[in-house]
Amino acid sequence: MKKIEAIIKPFKLDEVKDALHEMGVQGMTVTEVKGFGRQKGHIEVYRGTEFEVKFIPKIKIEIVVPDALAEKAIATIIEKAKTEKIGDGKIFVTTIEEVIRIRTGEKGDAAI
Amino acid sequence: MKRLIGFVVLLCVIAMTCTVFAESTPETVGASNGQVVNTSKVDTGDTAWVLISTALVMLMTPGLALFYGGMVRRKNVLGTIMQSFITIAIISVQWILFGYSLSFGPDINGIIGGLDWIGLKGVGLSPNPDYAATVPHIAFMIYQAMFAVITPALIAGAFAERMKFSAFLVFTILWSTLVYDPVAHWVWGTGGWLKKMGTLDFAGGIVVHITSGISALAAALFIGRRKGYMREPMQPHNLPMTVLGAGLLWFGWFGFNAGSTLSAGGLSAMTFVVTHTAAVSATLIWVIIEWLHRGKPTMFGTVTGAIAGLATITPASGFVGPMPALVIGLFAGGVCYTALNIKGKFGYDDSLDAFGVHGVGGTLGTIAVGFFAEKLINPSGSDGLFFGNPNQLYIQGISIISVAVYSFLATLILFKLIDLVIGIRVSEEDEIAGLDISQHEESGYTL
Repeated sequence: MKKIEAIIKPFKLDEVKDALHEMGVQGMTVTEVKGFGRQKGHIEVYRGTEFEVKFIPKIKIEIVVPDALAEKAIATIIEKAKTEKIGDGKIFVTTIEEVIRIRTGEKGDAAI
Repeated sequence: MKRLIGFVVLLCVIAMTCTVFAESTPETVGASNGQVVNTSKVDTGDTAWVLISTALVMLMTPGLALFYGGMVRRKNVLGTIMQSFITIAIISVQWILFGYSLSFGPDINGIIGGLDWIGLKGVGLSPNPDYAATVPHIAFMIYQAMFAVITPALIAGAFAERMKFSAFLVFTILWSTLVYDPVAHWVWGTGGWLKKMGTLDFAGGIVVHITSGISALAAALFIGRRKGYMREPMQPHNLPMTVLGAGLLWFGWFGFNAGSTLSAGGLSAMTFVVTHTAAVSATLIWVIIEWLHRGKPTMFGTVTGAIAGLATITPASGFVGPMPALVIGLFAGGVCYTALNIKGKFGYDDSLDAFGVHGVGGTLGTIAVGFFAEKLINPSGSDGLFFGNPNQLYIQGISIISVAVYSFLATLILFKLIDLVIGIRVSEEDEIAGLDISQHEESGYTL
């Protein structure tokens, strides 16, 4: 099993969610996050005083999928979240040792 | 802390004694002067307008609380709102006890009013023709009280987010007594030296905006920058709150300016129109300049422009016509916009631009009177430079310089004294935690 964490532009969330759902991903966790990468922050001006806003709002989605689905899920996220402009985000993939559904105690792929 | 409690108890005792005092005044006054208390000169329309205006001006201080409250960081929202709100209470008490007497009481050498009207002794139901011939003296007193209230509250913008509440209270009482009351006497009090010289300040460009704006500059210089100023972002935490506050200020400003006619009729209507005209022209020009200069028109800039226009037209509002007001508004927007944009180059932290808007706007408006005043609009005023009287401009200039220098020095001295005795600034730890928790043990938001 793989965990896929993707940091994406907030306005792309709906598209990514719908596409993942269609290809068989059954659940996801979404968090509003702030951060910076090579895009850095931006400048906001209040009454002539400039503030460098160093952290830009992004959305982090986390999904856990069976190994067989991982590549397809990654391709889907890339396809839907891409704007080809700076700040499109990143995807991190890690291996998951175990998944347990709290209600039934099921383990592994069956619990995803 | 003990000192503070002792002080409050003392105030209550004084207040109670004086209430007893004041209750017996209308009769005693009439008797002692050998006059019959005659209320027949009172004009009901004028009185109604002055009382409504009083309520309008009162609402400006809570409006200012929201205006400032939205501009600070969320950890300081209540502390900032408190500084405005508590001023309504402190200064109203000060005004009733002795502030009104110092400002408008019988003149002593053109410098200050005497203590004859202390505890409102002799301030009764019949009009005082020196100030307002057709409204009860007591109505004029409470109308002026609201001006005394909002003025020190304006200064709070300069030291926002870092002043001790106890120091703020002491400063407010002392400043009002030693700066506002004398200057109000100089400009508006019968016998005041600036009034005798011919200074024109219709609704408080000098008395309210220059005193508070210049004192704000002194305060900002003395107290120093906020921790992290220019290094970390300090964006306003709730601009919709600021917009609501600006709306209330604008609304109340009609009472501030048009109420200053102290009568209901042609001049109050003209003043009302002139006030609105300057506000909208300053708003529009601010948006246009910001759009051209920074690329985007902002809501924050829009309300700042409105307040700059209102502050600037204040001294001129009862002396000029609508077309000059339109021009004054354009200057207000342009000059205050520039003042705020070059502030960063000087390095002082006038956090909410009390100087940049009120100090600069008040000065600009007071100069504008010297150019645009017209006897055709207000026969009891004077003509300005554009109507053949360059001397008025000179008088306005002298008035600005004297009041600005006095306000600046007095504020510096008061800050120094208070700093020596109780300390003016919160500790670094308290500043990071925010005024809400450190000064008041409460939070504006629970989420």
